[in-house]
Amino acid sequence: MEWANILLQGALLGGLYALFAVGLSLMFGVMRLVNIAHGDFIVLAAYFALVVVQVLDIHPLLSLTIVAPAMFLVGYLLQRFLLNHTLGGDILPPLLVTFGLSVIVQNLLLEVFSADTRRLQAGALETASLKLGDHLALGWLPGIVFATAIVVILLLELLLYRTALGRAFRATSDDADTARLYGVHNRHVFALATAISLAIVAIAGVLLAIRTNFDPSIGPARLIYAFESVIIGGLGSIWGTLAGGIILGVAQSVGAALDPGWEILAGHLAFLLVLVIRPRGLFPRLAD
Amino acid sequence: MSAPPFRVERSTKASRIGAAFLALAVAVLLTLPSWGTSAQMRLVIEVSYYLALAQAWNLLAGYAGLVSVGQQAYVGLGGYAFFALTVLLQLPPLLALLLAGVAAAAIALPTAFIVFRLRGAYFAICTWVVAEVFRLLLAQVTPLGGGTGMSLPVSIVRAFGDSKVARDLVLYYLCLTIGIGAVLLVFFWLRSRQGLALTAIRDSEAAAASVGVDNRRTKLAVYLIAALIAGLVGAVVFVQKLRISPDAAFSVGDWTVYVIFITVIGGIGSIEGPIIGTVVFFTLRALLADYGAWYLILLGATAVIVMLLAPGGAWGLVQRHLDLQVFPVQRRIQLRTAAGDDV
Amino acid sequence: MKILETVGLTAHYGDFQALFGIDLHLDESESLAIIGANGAGKSTLLRSITGLIATPAESVRFEGRPIGGLAPERIVRLGIAMVPEGRRLFPSLSVEENLLMGAQPGRTGPWSLARVYQLFPVLREKRGTASTALSGGEQQMVAIGRALMTNPRLLLCDEISLGLAPIVIRDIYAALPGIRSEGTTVLVVEQDINRALAVADRVYCFQEGKVTLEGRPEDLTRAQIKLAYFGI
Repeated sequence: MEWANILLQGALLGGLYALFAVGLSLMFGVMRLVNIAHGDFIVLAAYFALVVVQVLDIHPLLSLTIVAPAMFLVGYLLQRFLLNHTLGGDILPPLLVTFGLSVIVQNLLLEVFSADTRRLQAGALETASLKLGDHLALGWLPGIVFATAIVVILLLELLLYRTALGRAFRATSDDADTARLYGVHNRHVFALATAISLAIVAIAGVLLAIRTNFDPSIGPARLIYAFESVIIGGLGSIWGTLAGGIILGVAQSVGAALDPGWEILAGHLAFLLVLVIRPRGLFPRLAD
Repeated sequence: MSAPPFRVERSTKASRIGAAFLALAVAVLLTLPSWGTSAQMRLVIEVSYYLALAQAWNLLAGYAGLVSVGQQAYVGLGGYAFFALTVLLQLPPLLALLLAGVAAAAIALPTAFIVFRLRGAYFAICTWVVAEVFRLLLAQVTPLGGGTGMSLPVSIVRAFGDSKVARDLVLYYLCLTIGIGAVLLVFFWLRSRQGLALTAIRDSEAAAASVGVDNRRTKLAVYLIAALIAGLVGAVVFVQKLRISPDAAFSVGDWTVYVIFITVIGGIGSIEGPIIGTVVFFTLRALLADYGAWYLILLGATAVIVMLLAPGGAWGLVQRHLDLQVFPVQRRIQLRTAAGDDV
Repeated sequence: MKILETVGLTAHYGDFQALFGIDLHLDESESLAIIGANGAGKSTLLRSITGLIATPAESVRFEGRPIGGLAPERIVRLGIAMVPEGRRLFPSLSVEENLLMGAQPGRTGPWSLARVYQLFPVLREKRGTASTALSGGEQQMVAIGRALMTNPRLLLCDEISLGLAPIVIRDIYAALPGIRSEGTTVLVVEQDINRALAVADRVYCFQEGKVTLEGRPEDLTRAQIKLAYFGI
């Protein structure tokens, strides 16, 4: 049945959206900071991978071994030396500084790489698929993306619930002052949160670049999908974010099937519907 | 019954000087068409509507704490409302202009119901989503040009004046009115009791609520005023451009990015700030027009640096060193001594 | 040896001054109680000592060295731990995870998870529970345990009896001698005057940000205390 395929594709797309969203969610959870440039960093990672692939002539997925650690470092430095200075009560500075960063990153990429669309070539991976019955086809690439999302979320859960750092993240998220009373170095912990966030962004960026054409201007739309996934899923819940991504992906998929011009709109409308009916999201963390 | 021991004063010597200076500037602008070039007139038109948008955004973000990156929604809605009212309903253009602003504010009301469910940065992104929704919806409306947009019919263009010179003149004064009008609207609103409530909210929401300010209603009022201004601007802009399309009408770059930079660099939280910011912005644009993306990179970097080092913007710096205030929205208490003199 | 000393300590919350030049000292072998009504400045004092409020360097001395102005995360590493007013447990963390937060600063000493569970056996049974699901008394035990896990030289207890039933308060205070015997100096801030007088070697009374009385419990009369506490 065609609809089953549409739903499957949408759900798999949700994996990519979850990857976009998880980093955003982590930063907000630990320090109540939303990085407006988040989507632009995803695109930055894609271009970074492009350069690495061109220079070293390696497979895009392999480029992650360089891009992810590099973005981790970028995230740490960004938070430690820039964004930490915007934190402290007033909502305007973090918002406006990250907004400024968004414009800077987009236009720097435009200057360096021009507005031409690019794509990372991943060979057979891009089109290979597994046939599941007569009407369902599970593409290798979407499948890998979805599996990656699950692995990333599992690893993040492990970090948050089984390590001292994760404890520090959760404690700081609960009560930053009291966390300091127990030895948590806020500035460092915040920087680590952003570092991890951008490492995940790197993964998302590379996968995005293999999957679709990209150019410097597509960042804001990725931010919006990440944000919609978080809100639909519910604040404070990582698995909820995956659910949110899936719902968003399915909504877009269904919209596209009805009329190609309705794809994005369907996603937005699904998001607004959830916002109106269940403002706290569909699976919010109960302890809030 | 003796007189109360204090008197509430509004203006100061500095503000009176500043007001005189501004009045002079306005007088100059009013006479510009008779001695200036058409390029200068176009510049003033652009300055006027960016000033209006900046005042509105400042009211939202600087006073009400509502950082919206989706005001392009109302610019676009105002533009499309004008086209719809004149082309589809055949209303007279000047009336349609006014109604376009009202229409934008009217749509802002149910929109507020949705976006106010979120706060801070999530509120901001949600306003962006809403703008995108309007853009995508209007791209589906074929009577208004669909995805490619439509041109303003000649008959309506003519209604603004028979010759290009006449039309430019009408548009000039319309935009000037909107620009100055927005400044005055914000100024008088802030001086009112509603405005006092808003300033209280800006300083401390919790404190404001504790003295009985209805935060929600005040913020809603601000959101509607900002939409009204944006709608009026949208209507006029697309009359001037003679053509509207979803991408142009709801462009984040044109209607939000520049406005935010203007307000941040000029100074958030004051009426003078956006005025200065607009001047700085257009000066920079004139100087750096040839540098494409670098111009935006510089703007972005300047905004970041300003937010980190001088969050009050250019006007904030001025205020720190000289206690100036051109637009007296403060109320100063003058104490009376026993002898009846003012202290 | 004086483990803690404040010299002319002042503190402000914005424009509001909460402490007006506090001179206080504590010997490592003593236990100290600070009493006073709500708003007298007792908690402000503790927040100043632990670095949550900005303080000039010389205003607070710990083991002889000035610690004013240091960040809280550094002060806890030097050996001062606070059981905050209202407990301030981390709601996202379980009982055991809250206790483990005390191990973050990485100080060594007699206190470990095992030792804390020995002091408060009921916590061992509830180690995996969300800290918010415990009774008030149990939460207070977690808060104290968490502070002990930092192996402090000086333990500051801010109103640990607040909101608890008398029998529970009694059990909590029964743990203090055990804590002192491990070499930790204890300073309690209390609104409950009797409790404070019973446990302390010396008492300070605060009123509106100033020290109004100081002495050993046996040397102070009820009338003196009442005057110093209420000002009437």
